[in-house]
Amino acid sequence: MSDLIKKTAAELAAAIAAGEVSAAEVTQAHLDRIGAVDGEVKAFLHVAADDALAQARAVDRKRAAGDPLGALAGVPVAVKDLFATAGMPTTCGSKILEGWVPPYESTITQRLRKAGAVLIGKTNMDEFAMGSSTENSGFWTSRNPWDLSKVPGGSSGGSAAAVAAHEAPLALGTDTGGSIRQPAAVCGVVGTKPTYGGNSRYGVVAFASSLDTPGPFGRTVLDAALLHEVMSGHDPCDSTSIDAPVPPVVEAARHGDVAGLRIGIVSEFSGDGYQPGVMTRFTEAVEVLEALGAKVTEISCPHFKYALPAYYLIAPSEVSSNLARFDGMRYGLRVGGGSAEEVMAASREAGFGAEVKRRIMLGTYALSSGYYDAYYGKAQQVRTLIIRDFDNAFSQVDVLISPPTPTTAFNIGERADDPMAMYLADLCTIPSNLAGNAAISVPIGLAPEDGLPVGLQVMAPPLADERLYRVAAAVEAAFTERWGHPLLAEAKGLSGE
Amino acid sequence: MSELTTVTYEEALQKYEPVFGIETHVELGTRTKMFCGCITTFGAEPNTHTCPVCLGLPGSLPVINERAIEYTIRIGLALNCSIASWCRFARKNYFYPDMPKNFQISQYDEPLCTDGYLDVAIGGKTVRVGIERVHMEEDTGKSLHVGGATGRIQGAEYSLVDYNRAGIPLIEIVTRPVPGTGFLAPEVARAYVTELRDVLRTLGVSDVRMEEGSLRCDVNTSISLAGSDVYGTRTETKNVNSLRSVERAVRSEVARQSEVLDSGNRVIQETRHFHEDTGVTTSGRSKEEAQDYRYFPEPDLVPVAPAADWVEQIRASLPELPSARRARLIDSWSLSELEFEALRNAGALDAVEATVAAGASPADARKWWLGELARRANDSGIDVSELPITPADVARVSALIAAGTLNDRLARQVIEGVLDGEGTPDEVVAARGLAVVSDDSALLTAIDEAIAANPDVAAKIRDGRVQAAGVLVGAVMKKTRGQADAAKVKDLILERLA
Repeated sequence: MSDLIKKTAAELAAAIAAGEVSAAEVTQAHLDRIGAVDGEVKAFLHVAADDALAQARAVDRKRAAGDPLGALAGVPVAVKDLFATAGMPTTCGSKILEGWVPPYESTITQRLRKAGAVLIGKTNMDEFAMGSSTENSGFWTSRNPWDLSKVPGGSSGGSAAAVAAHEAPLALGTDTGGSIRQPAAVCGVVGTKPTYGGNSRYGVVAFASSLDTPGPFGRTVLDAALLHEVMSGHDPCDSTSIDAPVPPVVEAARHGDVAGLRIGIVSEFSGDGYQPGVMTRFTEAVEVLEALGAKVTEISCPHFKYALPAYYLIAPSEVSSNLARFDGMRYGLRVGGGSAEEVMAASREAGFGAEVKRRIMLGTYALSSGYYDAYYGKAQQVRTLIIRDFDNAFSQVDVLISPPTPTTAFNIGERADDPMAMYLADLCTIPSNLAGNAAISVPIGLAPEDGLPVGLQVMAPPLADERLYRVAAAVEAAFTERWGHPLLAEAKGLSGE
Repeated sequence: MSELTTVTYEEALQKYEPVFGIETHVELGTRTKMFCGCITTFGAEPNTHTCPVCLGLPGSLPVINERAIEYTIRIGLALNCSIASWCRFARKNYFYPDMPKNFQISQYDEPLCTDGYLDVAIGGKTVRVGIERVHMEEDTGKSLHVGGATGRIQGAEYSLVDYNRAGIPLIEIVTRPVPGTGFLAPEVARAYVTELRDVLRTLGVSDVRMEEGSLRCDVNTSISLAGSDVYGTRTETKNVNSLRSVERAVRSEVARQSEVLDSGNRVIQETRHFHEDTGVTTSGRSKEEAQDYRYFPEPDLVPVAPAADWVEQIRASLPELPSARRARLIDSWSLSELEFEALRNAGALDAVEATVAAGASPADARKWWLGELARRANDSGIDVSELPITPADVARVSALIAAGTLNDRLARQVIEGVLDGEGTPDEVVAARGLAVVSDDSALLTAIDEAIAANPDVAAKIRDGRVQAAGVLVGAVMKKTRGQADAAKVKDLILERLA
């Protein structure tokens, strides 16, 4: 295995800028790695080998010409297949968009290209980001690099697995109910859900518009921060993006420090249903934070227990409308003949998977006349109560912490036929989506009983994303020192390791 | 049930009281679409004014056109509405191929403008039409159903869709039910749309061309027994695309519903289609099996919260509205209501006002624009405003008459010359040599010739039979090719033979 793929994004960017290695070599090393292991990991739906090498060579030419290089010049980034990429297929993990190549580019991937990042390919995901395991992908299930019989989490499971398997140092995901934090946790990498509106959703195919939040994956806190900063900022093409300065996340990631920080443990997120090893590591992390000078207290957020049901009314309602456009009329899968109505029905029947259909039906029902107030309306009220719980908590502490997900990676197939069990994977992550604030998952070790990674979730108020990185960087430094190496060095799931 | 009605409107009115309401869709004349930067020009090649946003491509997001908000506030203020300090867009969900996202971004329970009115003058009295709401939405694409007899999707072999129209800002203006207009209901309905069109045109927010679909009406009609205070079941007639059709649609629905009730049936709440050719409506889909649009707040847009001082700025910048102008012109030109309506109906208000401003008297200006010029416009099938003559030209002709340079007959020739592109009135006068002959010596020569040629007539005049002078006047006018002042010629002849 080439040393280049072991390097962090920060190291690669520095080495390329210094001329110690070419962007093309870096990209080639990662393409080789993908060739070697992706048959097992199955993280990528599309590997853009030629395109990526061309992007890398363009970076090398710029460097040779002495032109200024962007923050991520030459660094490969894997892109969740939900981001519209001009000239690269964009399927959203769905048969209904198989083969669709968008004629335009998402704002975030444009920003990445401008920063010199090399878009190396598109990663697998649960169909339209609905799921927590990638088992709902219309194409295949990705595997957890720590144990190929386990799921990599989801919906951004392909991105998390690609980063954990060293197929790319960085990846883009989206987090609607935990779809970055949960796969990051179970794959042993860092993943952030930025503040809602902290970056642009333009060109990110919508799952639930009021919840969808694009965010970064990295193997280190600093790497995640580098990508976070590049992708962030107001976009006039997305009116829900916030016109405010980007929080100084890179600066914070370089200066991990929790001395004097007030940290609240969400008391609702423990007990029944939480795997013992997950709680063991969580307790250990709390001790580490206290040892580093943080003041840790318990805080009750009484309405968080309604977050999951509220989410499963709001998100499907938006799904039922957002996914209406996939009808076989203009792009994507088209099935059958006859009337327009018949073609629409047949195309949607054939193109959508079971979970997507389930949510479309749930949402259609929740919005229907006579039920709106009882379901969608009530869920929005719960959302307000959850925001108040956060406001109350953040008036007492600087950040909140909890496990990102109740268990470590589960077996492929284990929850595939039990949607409720699958939904529970997002129990701890959903409140931040409903409130629109910022949250991160950072690795804190392996569960003793199964040897699989466990993460720590840190939550911060809207636009205080830098607090996540300050805490996560301190945690990462303390544990790395304790382990003597990065956690991923213990991953033994891949042949040829 | 037969779609042919045997009960006449007049018969229906003996028993029933009509109530109508009108929903008007107006395409705003913004340069770009409601939620993207595509231009809105009518008549371009199909699907050339499109982008990921108005095509509803996956991942695209709408951004509100601020000018459309401003235009809507203008309309709301002109219709005496309250302007919401905070409102939202909503999604109206239904599947149709001309709707790129299979939902329409519209407004539902939070419209931008509410509770206004528009006063409509008709036959010398005023009817106040209540405005329930004015809200914003995006237009759909335009379907062309090919094959099949009706041009509708049923029975078509295939359909083509043009998305140039998709996303054009659309305003819906909804009246309250208008009761109590009795026999005049169809005319009041028409007068309302006419007045509304004039208001919108005056505001400069739309080109309000019904034939191009930039102003479209749905007409709700119901009838109830005269004296009843409960409205009957209403129908909604779509596809009413001319002023005349508005009137005919109400008339035909009143007659049809009356026949339904008289035959012991009940009126079904439904959508009906108006047919321009036959003037009747036919049943569309029934509202009782209406779709559930599953409205919910549009999560891709932030709420609209127009600042109070911005609204006041817009209010202060409103132009003079048609009702105020009407009062002003009736007063300053001393017109009757009917005279004013004649001017307005001829589309000549602007031209006459400009002609008066250029120096003509209101009576002269009206005479030209309603007479000779209206006839010429009518012959060419265009509006008077489209004639190739300016109000300043007309005022100049009027001035030439007042100065005695032209008489009426010559003036018409001058107008004709201007319309034919021969130049300004003065240039036409010069080029055609049309000025009235007032050179006495030239006239006297012609008179002397006429006297010499008609000694017997001259003798009669000398004997005091003055009326015989007409023959000599005619001869002189013929000689001068009509360019002499006939009265003056007569005076000179009598003087000569005294």
